[in-house]
Amino acid sequence: MNRRQKILAGIGAAGFIGIGLFLALAIKPAIAPVARPDVALSPALVAQGERIVALGDCVVCHTAPGGRAYAGGLPLKTPFGTLYTTNITPDRGTGIGEWSFEAFRRAMRQGVSRDGHLLYPAFPYIHYTKVTDEDLRAAYAFLMTRTPVHAPARRNELPLPLRFRPSLAFWNLLYLREGPEPATGDAPAERGRYLVEGLGHCSSCHTPLGVIGGEKHRESMQGGVVDDWSAPALDQLAAAPQPWTAGQIVDYLRTGLASEHGAAAGPMRPVTENLGRVPREDVQAIAAYLLTLQKPLRTVEPPAPPGDQDQRIDRGRQVFAGACAECHGEGSPMRGAMGRPALAMSSAVFGPSPRNAVMTIREGLAWPSQPGSTTYMPPFADVLNDRQIADVVAYLRSTAPHAAPWSGLDEQVAHLRENRP
Amino acid sequence: MIELHVNGEAHRLDVAPETPLLYVLRDDLKLNGAKFGCGMGQCGACTVLVDGRPVFSCLFPVSSVGARPVRTVESLGTVERPGPLQKAFIDHQAVQCGYCIAGMIMRAQALLETVAHPSEQQIREHMSPNLCRCGTHMRILAAIREVAAQGRLPGAGPQKVSA
Amino acid sequence: MKRSDAPIDQGRRAFLAGSGLMVSFALLGSWRAFAGQENTLGATILAPDLPGDLKIEPVLDAWIKIDARGVTVCSGKVELGTGVRTALWQVAADQLAMPLERFTFVTADTALTPDEGYTAGSHTMADGGTAIYHAAAQVRQMLLDAAAAKLGVPARELALHDGVIVAADGRQLTYEQAAEGVDLHQRAKPVSPDSDPSTFRYIGHAIPRVDIPAKVTGGAAYVQDMRLEGMLHARVVRPPDASAQLESVDTRAVEAMPGVVKVVRDGNYLAVLAEREWQAVQAMRALREAARWRSTRRYPGNDTIHAALKALPQRIYVTTREGNGPVRQSQHAAPDAAPAAPSPATLSVGFGKQYVIHGSIGPSCAVAVYRDGMLTVWTHTQGVFPLRAGLAEWLGLPKDKLRCIHVEGAGCYGHNGADDAAADAALLAFRTPGRPVRVQWMRDQEAAWEPLGPAMLTELEAFADEAGQLQAWRHALWSTPHNERIVNAGRLIPARLLARPVASAPSAPIPQPEGDADRNAVPLYRIPSVRVDMHFVTEMPFRTSAMRSLGGHINVVTIESAMDELAERFGQDPVAYRLRHLDDARAREVIQRAADRFGWNGGQALPDGHGVGFAFSQYKNLMGYCAIALEVKLDKQARSVQIVRAVAAVDCGQIVNPDGLRNQIEGGIVQSSSWTLYEQVLIGEGGVRSVDWSSYPILRFPQAPVAIDVQMIDRPGHAFLGAAEIAQGPTAAALVNAIKRITGHRPLHLPLARQDSPLFA
Repeated sequence: MNRRQKILAGIGAAGFIGIGLFLALAIKPAIAPVARPDVALSPALVAQGERIVALGDCVVCHTAPGGRAYAGGLPLKTPFGTLYTTNITPDRGTGIGEWSFEAFRRAMRQGVSRDGHLLYPAFPYIHYTKVTDEDLRAAYAFLMTRTPVHAPARRNELPLPLRFRPSLAFWNLLYLREGPEPATGDAPAERGRYLVEGLGHCSSCHTPLGVIGGEKHRESMQGGVVDDWSAPALDQLAAAPQPWTAGQIVDYLRTGLASEHGAAAGPMRPVTENLGRVPREDVQAIAAYLLTLQKPLRTVEPPAPPGDQDQRIDRGRQVFAGACAECHGEGSPMRGAMGRPALAMSSAVFGPSPRNAVMTIREGLAWPSQPGSTTYMPPFADVLNDRQIADVVAYLRSTAPHAAPWSGLDEQVAHLRENRP
Repeated sequence: MIELHVNGEAHRLDVAPETPLLYVLRDDLKLNGAKFGCGMGQCGACTVLVDGRPVFSCLFPVSSVGARPVRTVESLGTVERPGPLQKAFIDHQAVQCGYCIAGMIMRAQALLETVAHPSEQQIREHMSPNLCRCGTHMRILAAIREVAAQGRLPGAGPQKVSA
Repeated sequence: MKRSDAPIDQGRRAFLAGSGLMVSFALLGSWRAFAGQENTLGATILAPDLPGDLKIEPVLDAWIKIDARGVTVCSGKVELGTGVRTALWQVAADQLAMPLERFTFVTADTALTPDEGYTAGSHTMADGGTAIYHAAAQVRQMLLDAAAAKLGVPARELALHDGVIVAADGRQLTYEQAAEGVDLHQRAKPVSPDSDPSTFRYIGHAIPRVDIPAKVTGGAAYVQDMRLEGMLHARVVRPPDASAQLESVDTRAVEAMPGVVKVVRDGNYLAVLAEREWQAVQAMRALREAARWRSTRRYPGNDTIHAALKALPQRIYVTTREGNGPVRQSQHAAPDAAPAAPSPATLSVGFGKQYVIHGSIGPSCAVAVYRDGMLTVWTHTQGVFPLRAGLAEWLGLPKDKLRCIHVEGAGCYGHNGADDAAADAALLAFRTPGRPVRVQWMRDQEAAWEPLGPAMLTELEAFADEAGQLQAWRHALWSTPHNERIVNAGRLIPARLLARPVASAPSAPIPQPEGDADRNAVPLYRIPSVRVDMHFVTEMPFRTSAMRSLGGHINVVTIESAMDELAERFGQDPVAYRLRHLDDARAREVIQRAADRFGWNGGQALPDGHGVGFAFSQYKNLMGYCAIALEVKLDKQARSVQIVRAVAAVDCGQIVNPDGLRNQIEGGIVQSSSWTLYEQVLIGEGGVRSVDWSSYPILRFPQAPVAIDVQMIDRPGHAFLGAAEIAQGPTAAALVNAIKRITGHRPLHLPLARQDSPLFA
């Protein structure tokens, strides 16, 4: 099961068990609409809010491909059905134009909409709940000064049991610890903790999920899987063959590229685009905090080396020469003038799972919507067959220092192809 | 020996298996349509269709093609009998230097074979992998729009699909 | 109709000679004074009294040859993708009264065609078109006269039909028959027989371009498509930066690779030749990995380049215009005291521009063969004759043992890698006698080794009276050269890399009124006192040379920004303010036409985030007129700037091919919007860091304008003025003006829409 499947499966289970017991917790009153925002929308507050909203990655989920910013409509696809994100522009009919600050705060803190219905936890209120009132007010001010867009919410395509929202109260009882947790000091790492645990909701992706779709707190930041991409462990950064420095983390988070480690891909890419817009010190704080989380390398039992490894690597080297070397070969301009690392140094190649190497080869790194100096890679899903992808991944792995060959490569490649129509 | 199906003809070629398809098309099959532009899949000058999909032939190992049919701009028509997109590009003077144009036509062909009446935004997004430096964008779009208005283009018939 | 080619002839000036010499550009005067000197495109003026490029090649049979095999028209100009091959052919067809298909048209080949220097600067129709226009008219008259004698009837009773001369009684002579005994090897006359534009079947008509059908069907159209018998494929390996020295390279492993014929190593020059192209690519990669270089130079970065330009060694060229007097230019070793200007300035504004690349979609390529003592080079250079001279000097060959033939490449937009790649091919073929050699540069080589479009800095002070009438104008600018063409072998990069390098000739700017970095820096507007100080930076951190419109791009941005700011200062509409300072009727007409067509009313009601901008220039103050009005949309969240609607009005004199002209203007608008919004070469300590399209992003389809409307004003009987470079400056300026209107702030650094631009804050 992937991440969203687990969430939804959890919700479903909750629904059957807990309806009666938690009905009381599940019924929340509506908060009266307001004619206009009930917070003074000073330019300074709006500017502060822009920073908060960027740190919270709101625009990533609340914007449909090719759609207006914050107007919602992004489909979150699952095998059980599809959720559509909502319009958070200040449109009165279809957005949050009638929301008071209190309604906004309740949504962020408790996952409750203005009219009282419970929101699905794909909306990370279990993290946003930690954000201070001051920052929430700023975010509210920013959102309420966007251009209103008329964009009615699309109907979620979910089977009946999952449509029964009050069942979410059970889930909330287990996973929601309501209330702000402001930074307790001025140290960058303290600010970083506040940003990582709250607004940034990093562990939503970087912590493995339990059977009913909640984060496993005991394995916090030990890595998860989201949208078929692996979200690497954030507590092993110092244990990488070339340990991450704070500066490299900052570069990576702000530009999507750390020249010693590689490029952000998949769902991490838009996160880095947002972090490129916030003050550098915020990202430095995030890096400082992440570096406090480091644990010794968790050793993984080396798998039995696959049988035809040498031939496989030879074949992979050939594919690499024809398809990859113009950019990634030794002495290529990308590695010379542009200062990119050898792929052997990329976390996708030396990490514990081949998932991201395979995913990056298949899907590439898309151009950004606007021209700007960027990382880019063409997709190879229509070019290389399963065996060639597995071969080239095996070859790349063989170039990484102290990395045992991956087992089950063919299965992984086939699985990811089937999962990604 | 590599067996390759290009523009409806089967070829047996003595080439290194990793050779990018672009060089095989240009040097071994002496086809001019696909152009070397960047070798990195960034500009689209080398675009051809493999199994109906637009691909960058500059980083497509010839051994990866398998039994999938390859089509280049040469398959769409001739000077005397240009295909619908070729004719529209001529009529709209949708060319300045023309170096990118064969790739443009092939990418547009792939769209119009699969989508009957693409929107302006669909056309622009679909064409975005291909670069034009002369600034002929308005005419290229006009030529594609004109053919798109006539309905879906027929494909190349039954497609060979690799195992 | 009498035809006046005089206006553009104002632009045919000699290079400034000598340093510190005061050269005056009297607008009227004898052209004889310039005989024997070079024009701005590198060709020698032999007959200053003749129109267009007949000045350079005054002999008729250099242009038109007629023998038993038929009629051949020759041009020294080349097709760069702008459609001039078709347009020149059209001119010849109408003036010879022949259908296009009836005669052969040959372009740029040192063995066959006249030397017209470079194809550049929007000069092709103005110079080459004019030459053919007159040569063909004169030959036509000679044929009529010869036929009249042969048929025994007066010439005026003869009619011309499709290359046949017909007498009233029905007797006919083909041109080939009429030409028997006619000696076309004679000097052209200053005045040609009249032509009636109303009889033209080609000039003024949207004749389909002759080259397009082959290009869209996979015909062999480019030098890249040449496949000669026994041809070797070569790839070069360039140093990581211009200062790098090759410390070591072990070539043995490369030489042993499959298909490798040889590795060439000479000083810092490295190349590999192989039987097959993919073998050459792989050998190039191996050679690149094997080479060890030592760089000796540290380069400025994007943040420091403008300060560096002010500090580097430079010469100063001062251009002045007082009252209605002539434009004068003088050269100084150091700044002098500027004449007193009214103080303080009404307005100060200045701009910074980063390095840009031509960025041809096809990296440079050339084919050469050295056989029987003759070196033949097929090249997409803009100037086969200057290239031949450079190669001959370098390789020690007499010019008649070297032939350069133009074959199209991808659009170049100025001095790109074409000449250097031709030099690579020439060198490698010269050292591999008997076998043709094809050199294809890789993308990163084109990006890092083409001459860049210069980074520039402008500072402008404008002085107006209380009523807003302009009184004085002081424009200073800093730039490295825009014209490092092949005036000696040292201008070719391969010649600098060999163990015995050739030094580049000293840099010299194209003088006013055409201008170099100071192109279009003198406003066309009525201003009693104008002074332009060009700081011509002679030490180049990065090699730069000609790219479409040269300094005109940023100078027009600067001038037109000032005009908008001044109009605002004095509470006037920007269009009205421009018209108030313009006397030239043609300039006024394009401005009025663009404004009318756009529906310009100064205070347009527009959606949130939209704004309008207007700009005008006459290219070089000599050539095509262009006014542009834009509606622009700024979306801060999406970090995007897009042209919603563009209206351009242009006057390029007599229009030869309206669809071709429209295509050039549309292309100019799109290309300039890409330059202006997105483009900058990333530079740093190690040199150029933009080596592909991800590090040098340009406009893609989603960012292209929504709509462009080109209004063309035709001037039958007037000189051809050229089109390919006239929209670049006004487009950029109109973009800047529109953004000022949207945000209230004038962006002062190009490119405007970098993703970290304050525009989006």
